[in-house]
Amino acid sequence: MARSVLLRHLGLAVLGLVVVVLVLESTSAFRNAQFATMAYLGIAAGGLTVLTGLNGQLSLGHGALMAIGAYTTALLLQDQQLPLVAVLLVASAVTTLIGAVIGVAAARLHGPYIAGATLALAVAVPGVALYFNDQLGGEQGLNVFVPDVPGWFADAVYFLSAQDVSGSKYVAYVGWLSLIVTFVLLANLSRSRVGRTWRAVRDDEVAAEIAGIPLGRARVLAFVVSAACAGLGGAVMALTVRITAPSGFTLTLSLSLLTAVVLGGLGSLTGALLGAALLTFLPQLVTSLGLDVGLSDLQSAQLAPLVYGLTLALVILLAPAGIVGSVRARWRRQQERATHDYDLPTTTAPPSPARTPGDEPGGDK
Amino acid sequence: MTRTWTTRAAMAVCVLTAGSLAAACGAGGRPDKDEKGGSASDVGITEDTVTVGAHHPLTGVAAPGYSEIPDGARAYFDFVNANGGVDGRKIEYLVRDDGYNPTNTSQVTNELVLKEEIFAMVGGLGTPTHSAVVDFLNKEGVPDLFVSSGSLQWGDDPGAKPFTFGWQPDYEIEGKIAGQWIAENMPDAKVGLFLQDDDLGVDSEKGVRRFLDDQIVAVEKYTSGNTDVAPQIAALQAAGADVVMGFNTPSYTALSQLVALKLNYEPKWFYSSIGSDPALVGSLLARFSEGAVKDSASLLDGVMSTEYIPGVDVPDNPWVQLWQRVWDEHGKEGELTNYRIYGMSHAYAFVQTLQAAGPDPTREGIVDALEQIGSDLEGPPLAPFRYTEDSHLGISGLQLVELKGGVGEELTPVLVTDLGDAPIEEDDSATEDAPPEDGIPDVKPVG
Amino acid sequence: MQQLLNTLLTGLTLGMVYAAFALALVLIWRSTRIINFAQAPMAMITTYVALTVIDADYSYWVGFTAALLSGLVLGAAIERLVIRPVEGKPHINAVILTLGLFIVIHAVAALLFGSRYRSFPAPFGVRGFQVGEVNVALTGFGIFTIGSVVVVMLLLVALFRGTDLGLMMRAAAFNQEVARLLGVRVGRMFTLGWALAALVGSLSGLLIAGGSLVHPSYMDSAVVFGFVAAVLGGLDSPVGAVVGGLVLGVSLSFVSGYVGSELVALAALGILMVVLLLRPGGLFSHATPRRV
Repeated sequence: MARSVLLRHLGLAVLGLVVVVLVLESTSAFRNAQFATMAYLGIAAGGLTVLTGLNGQLSLGHGALMAIGAYTTALLLQDQQLPLVAVLLVASAVTTLIGAVIGVAAARLHGPYIAGATLALAVAVPGVALYFNDQLGGEQGLNVFVPDVPGWFADAVYFLSAQDVSGSKYVAYVGWLSLIVTFVLLANLSRSRVGRTWRAVRDDEVAAEIAGIPLGRARVLAFVVSAACAGLGGAVMALTVRITAPSGFTLTLSLSLLTAVVLGGLGSLTGALLGAALLTFLPQLVTSLGLDVGLSDLQSAQLAPLVYGLTLALVILLAPAGIVGSVRARWRRQQERATHDYDLPTTTAPPSPARTPGDEPGGDK
Repeated sequence: MTRTWTTRAAMAVCVLTAGSLAAACGAGGRPDKDEKGGSASDVGITEDTVTVGAHHPLTGVAAPGYSEIPDGARAYFDFVNANGGVDGRKIEYLVRDDGYNPTNTSQVTNELVLKEEIFAMVGGLGTPTHSAVVDFLNKEGVPDLFVSSGSLQWGDDPGAKPFTFGWQPDYEIEGKIAGQWIAENMPDAKVGLFLQDDDLGVDSEKGVRRFLDDQIVAVEKYTSGNTDVAPQIAALQAAGADVVMGFNTPSYTALSQLVALKLNYEPKWFYSSIGSDPALVGSLLARFSEGAVKDSASLLDGVMSTEYIPGVDVPDNPWVQLWQRVWDEHGKEGELTNYRIYGMSHAYAFVQTLQAAGPDPTREGIVDALEQIGSDLEGPPLAPFRYTEDSHLGISGLQLVELKGGVGEELTPVLVTDLGDAPIEEDDSATEDAPPEDGIPDVKPVG
Repeated sequence: MQQLLNTLLTGLTLGMVYAAFALALVLIWRSTRIINFAQAPMAMITTYVALTVIDADYSYWVGFTAALLSGLVLGAAIERLVIRPVEGKPHINAVILTLGLFIVIHAVAALLFGSRYRSFPAPFGVRGFQVGEVNVALTGFGIFTIGSVVVVMLLLVALFRGTDLGLMMRAAAFNQEVARLLGVRVGRMFTLGWALAALVGSLSGLLIAGGSLVHPSYMDSAVVFGFVAAVLGGLDSPVGAVVGGLVLGVSLSFVSGYVGSELVALAALGILMVVLLLRPGGLFSHATPRRV
């Protein structure tokens, strides 16, 4: 069983890689940059959906963790000695470490108290960058030197598509490769014993503790894993945005991540990706629609948050399980109706043997 | 179930991989040389249009005030377009909102440059925001004109950023000129600095310290967004500062004045040009009149500031009359404000530059033109630009004024200087510039 | 000495405002177990209502009353129309819904009222007192701020401790099923809880705005510090909210004046973590954490 799950995830990963190459090679440089944005939001959202969806901890401070990853990346790239992969790993590791400290503190807390602490974290971290303005660049932030495209990479892409790799396309590739690796790891983790432990803690603390699960350790581990993802997301963000400044890590970023995972479907990696896509593409789409119908710049700019907020509210009201969750539930119902030949009204949904294509294993609720 | 699905996925992967490999085989080896079709330097220019773009905060905490700048620029471009445009081309002005967040600036600039294919960026606003895109613009070879920020980095190293040009007097020379005047005229004053905690504070402190280093008794910084400045002002009061120099934005001028009222603190105030805007600050303070303030203008009486373009407080100035006409004809709802004048002024400079680049402007050409004739351009600024091959810094000077009844009264003639220990000199060469009759500049093409 | 006194006094005034906001959050938490992030923009929009009324040449107090009333109506309306459908669902849905409302109300306000700075009047003057040689950083409006928050807190305590209505509200929040069996109209209690909270929220909005500048985001830092204050106090206790607000306001004022204003938020985090590590349920929590 475990073997086939792993194989399935790897198969999906290869499939994803092919799709990424096809999409990035067939779209414009502008779209490439947007996909890079989607990748870093997706990585961070993936980590958050594991924390909130599987372990039930509500974090309003993941933007701050991304900031730690991003600043580490900017600092490491200043002397341009480490290879990019190492930079990404170190950025993720540093964030993991800090995440562990926060996680230990947060593990003692419940629901709204974690929310309060992480909210304070989200607004506190940018201030640190201002205070140490000699090292961290203050309000102006640090410029990020994106390393040159390695020759072998450019050649490989050229071999596949006969196109040269621009800087922004390279970053998009780096982002999506990181995303795929992250998602495979997360998917495996959530199907493993660890993932089951997390769900047990989320569903019933008392029962979990009776069953011998150390609550604290499970919570801290979930927080650490999710911090590692946020750190990696922050690192890719630094490469994409080319600057890390406090104004890039406002509370809005943390809250957007949370809304993205809920919008997509809490606990589902597909949902996290979908949420990231909405965050990336919706504002620009709405703004240009607004401009097209003749609204002023200011009105079109305000239209984007308006539409996003309304989408959010409507999804929660009409499809409380998020987009992926609701689609999956409907699909499952249809399947059941088919197999049961309409003879029995289903009172409770039985554990479904079937999985939808594209259904990430993290999605079991 | 699972297995059939895995098989299907594997099949799909095989097919897709094979497909893309097959497609790739056609590519073969690399061609020897990259062939560039046509000159990429005329992106954004057609027979009858020139497309330019800008990023501004239209939403979020920085939007109040700043969001009016693009309104002004648009009104002036519309005015020019209504009168035939430049060399028969209409200027299309695209503004994108970045919410003063560098992450968004990077995204909207990608959109402007890669999707909308603008010819040039004109007046992109903010230091952290514009820093995020300045390298990208230079790498892509997009002229990046008249950045709306007084940071030094837009102009002090044209070698590294050949396409970027500053616009307003940088914060350092403003600090120098104000610092020197205070050192000469108030040699016994104890000076306190009230600084925004970013390049605005850092650069101006550098300038001020050149003359006032031993007179400064306290330096207090506030973080933009934190509206409680009482602790900072209380510290200045405690240090016994009797002259406070504020390098801050207009809302913080109003906030610091309110706190001073609360603390009964009455030093001599100086506010930098970006923070003084008497019309705006006065209207903000007007409400708090119960018992404390009689009319809006008088509250700022005696406050010192600087000016580098004529503003709404001098409605008889021919430039302000032109801006009023432009705003009446092409503006949106609302009054003419200093922010809108600011936008119109850099739009005016862009039209001049475009004319100088000749009937077939190119991206390289517009940069060359600005380097050649930039310092001779006649426009609303009180002092000339500093544009040469070696400097892309903007306006070279300003004059000190003292506010009386909402109007600035001159304390000094126009003083010009440059970075470092460049001397401060009088220069009235640009003060007599008058706008052309039809309101549209007429600059001869370069070379 | 004078700086110390004045930093303390501005901190107290600020703390009272955070306290008012925290009270609003506590009210909603007590009645529906939801953290209402939309509290900030709701208060913001009622402040604009007051501003519109005052701009139409009515007195400050007419505007003040209009804002409080519109807060009451807005709170009830939002509970009935938006929050009711997700009550009983996972709490995170409600939280996200309030975040959605946050964004929507923000955008609507910017479209309706524009995003420029506007000044908001304050009664009782904005000039500090002078006692002999010492300047006291306390204005008439500051005293009004402190007084009104204390009065509101006492009224709320009286409501919950001393009246049948308060008892019913507490019962509905504590256990819906049992309360229903006892004949409490639970839904109505929830609506009332939201309406009261929005009223208190509007008050905090008016107090922050008074003698200062308003724009659509002016309440955003209040939601952070107000929430931190509420958590400090223990979320369930009105007295805790006020104490939390004061602790936060005074300490942040000192950090801002003596250390650096950029570390204000970090200090808030530090205080919160220390308090929560010692008392995971906040300063005024009654229930001890359940252990097995």
